Amino acid sequence: MTAIDVNPGLLMIAAGLLACLLPRVGRQLLTLGTPVAGLLLLIATPMGALTTLPIFGYDLTLLRLDGLAFPFGIIFLIAAFLNAIFALHQDDRLQDSAVMIYGGAAVGAVLAGDLASLFIYWELTAVSSVFLILASRTERAYSAAMRYLVWQIGSGVLLLAGILLHYQETGSMAFTTITLGSVGSWAIFLAFGIKCAFPLLHNWVQDAYPEATITGTVALSAFTTKLAVYAFARSFAGEELLIPIGVVMTCFPVFFAVIENDLRRVLAFSLNNQLGFMLVGIGIGSEIAINGAVSHAFAHIIYKSLLFMSMGAVLYRTGTVKASELGGLYKSMPLTTIFCIIGALSIAGFPLTSGFVTKNLTLTGAEYAGYFWIWLLLIFASAGVMEHSGIKIPFFAFFSHDGGHRVKEAPVNMLIAMGIAAGACIFIGIFPQTLYSILPYEVTKSPYSVQSVVTKTQLLTFSIIAFGVLIRAGLYPKEIPSTNLNTDWLYRHVGRYFVGVLAYMARWAWAGVCGGWRATLGAAHGLIRRHYGPDGAMGSAWPTGQMAFWATVMIAAYSLIGFWYLL
Amino acid sequence: MSDKTPKDGEPGWFERKRNIDKVWYVLLVFGAILTASEFLYEHHPHFAIEEIPVFYEIFGFLAFVFIVFAGKALRKLIMRDEDYYDRD
Repeated sequence: MTAIDVNPGLLMIAAGLLACLLPRVGRQLLTLGTPVAGLLLLIATPMGALTTLPIFGYDLTLLRLDGLAFPFGIIFLIAAFLNAIFALHQDDRLQDSAVMIYGGAAVGAVLAGDLASLFIYWELTAVSSVFLILASRTERAYSAAMRYLVWQIGSGVLLLAGILLHYQETGSMAFTTITLGSVGSWAIFLAFGIKCAFPLLHNWVQDAYPEATITGTVALSAFTTKLAVYAFARSFAGEELLIPIGVVMTCFPVFFAVIENDLRRVLAFSLNNQLGFMLVGIGIGSEIAINGAVSHAFAHIIYKSLLFMSMGAVLYRTGTVKASELGGLYKSMPLTTIFCIIGALSIAGFPLTSGFVTKNLTLTGAEYAGYFWIWLLLIFASAGVMEHSGIKIPFFAFFSHDGGHRVKEAPVNMLIAMGIAAGACIFIGIFPQTLYSILPYEVTKSPYSVQSVVTKTQLLTFSIIAFGVLIRAGLYPKEIPSTNLNTDWLYRHVGRYFVGVLAYMARWAWAGVCGGWRATLGAAHGLIRRHYGPDGAMGSAWPTGQMAFWATVMIAAYSLIGFWYLL
Repeated sequence: MSDKTPKDGEPGWFERKRNIDKVWYVLLVFGAILTASEFLYEHHPHFAIEEIPVFYEIFGFLAFVFIVFAGKALRKLIMRDEDYYDRD
C-alpha cells in the first residue's frame, strides 16, 4: 500500500469523527476541506489501483478504482462539498459530523472491492444518515427517523445474509457481477432494491426525506439511493428484470407527485422516478445504456441537490414548503427562483442542460435495443418529470398566487452553493464531453442531433402548453393541505391496529393463565415474601451478602454441572 | 420595470393579467415554431410511431393531461386530512 492508495471515504469518515470534537470554525474547515482533499486524492490515484489487506486469512479489498467507481466517487465528493457550503450558516455539531461520515461511507462503498467492506459501509450510511433526520429535533421527525432506520437496517441485514449465502455458494467475496438465481443472489438483489426504493419498497424515501433538516435532505438525496444504483451497475448490469422494475419506478411516482402538497415530498417522489431511469439503463446493460445510467446519476445528484437546496432555502426563510401556503416568492427571492428554474429545466431534460445530455443516452440505449414500450413509457415519464419537477416546484413556490411571505433572499452561503450547482447543470449541458470523458465506456456520438433537440423540446414544450391550458381553464387541481396515503399506511395504520389487537389478545391470554393459577401464584408470592419481605431472613441481609450467597450457589451449580459432564 | 420591489398589495410583474397573457402567447408562438421546424429536417425514426406527424407534440400534451386527471382521480382514493397520522 503506497501513501496515495488510500480510500478517500476513510479520509472523510476520519474527518467526520474528528469534527465532533472541534469548535465551529474547525468543523467548517473540515467539511469544506476534506471533500476537496478527497477529490485530489481520488484524481491522483492511478486507474486500476487495487489495495488489499489480508485479515483472518481473507483479503479485504480496501480500494479498487475503475471506470465505474471513478465517476461515482467524484460526484459523491462534489456533493459533499456543495452540501458543506450550503450548510455553512448553521452551527450544528451533530449534523456536521454525521454528514461527513455519511458521505465518506458512500465514497468508501463505491471504492471498496469486496462484499464484506461493502456491507460495513452500507450499514454506516444507514446509521450516520439517520442523524440528519433526527437533527430536526421534532416528534414527527423522530418517528420518521425510526421508520427510516428499520428499512435501512433491514436492507443491511438482508445484504449480510445474502453475502454469507453467496460466499457459501460461490466461495467468492468479490464485489463484482452476480448472476440472479441462488437464494444468496436474490437476497443481495433485494437488499440493493430496498436502498434503491423499488416499487412497494419505496415509501421510506417520501416518508423520511421531507422530515430531515434543511441541509440534511440535500445530503440524503445525493448518497443513499445513488449508492444503490452503483451497486446495481456493479453487480447486476444487464439483468433484464431491472428494466420493468425501472419503468414502473419512472411512471408511478408522477401521479403521486401531482397531488402532493409538501414540495420536498414532491421532490422525493421525483427522486424515485429518476432512479427508475437509471435502473432501466442498467437493466438494458449495453455500453450506451450503462453510460446513460452512470451519467444520469452524476447529473442527477447535482440538479436534485440544487432543487432540494432551493426548497430548503424557501423553508429556511418562510418556515414552510407547502405549496398551498407559498407563491409569489420570486419577488423576495429572485436568485433562488432563477437557480430553482435552472434545476427544474435540467431535471426535465431541456437541451443545454445536464439532464438532456445524460437521459438521452438511456433513451438512445432503449431505442438501439428496440424496446418500444419501454421507450414509450420513458417518454411518458419524461412528460411526468416536466409536470412535477419542471413546472410544479418552481410555479407553486415562486409564482402562482402570492402567499404573502415577505422574506429576505436566501443566505449568501446557500446562494453560492445553488449558484455552483446551477452553473454545473448548464456547463455539463453545453460541454457534455467533460462528463462523457469519465464514463465507464467511450461515447462516440454527440447528444445534440437536430432530431433529438427538436423532438425533446416539442415534447416538453407541449407539456407546458398543456399545463397552461389546464390552469387557464381552472382544471388544474388545487394545492390542498393533506396527507396522501402510500405503502407506509400498512405499517403506520393497519400495522398499529394489528399490534393493538395482538396486545389485547396477550392481555386476555395472560388474564386467563393468571386466573387459573391464582392459588398457586399466590402461594409462591407468599413464599417469596416470607423470605425476602421486610421481615424475611434474606430481606434483612445486605445486598453484598445476598450477592455472596448467590455467587456461591452459582459456583456450586457450575461445579456440579462440570463434574457431571466430566463423569 | 421601475418598481423592482413592489409594495404589499401591489401586484408584481408576473401577477398582472396582461403580462401573464404575454408569457402565454410567447409560449404558443414558440410551440408553433417548433411544430413548423419538424418539416425542415430529415427524420431518422427508430420506431414507427415517430413517423406520425406531430407525434411528440400530441404525446407530450396528452401525457400531461392524463397525468393531471389521473392524479385528481387518485386524490379521491388516497387523500386524507393533513393530521391523519398524528391523530390517536
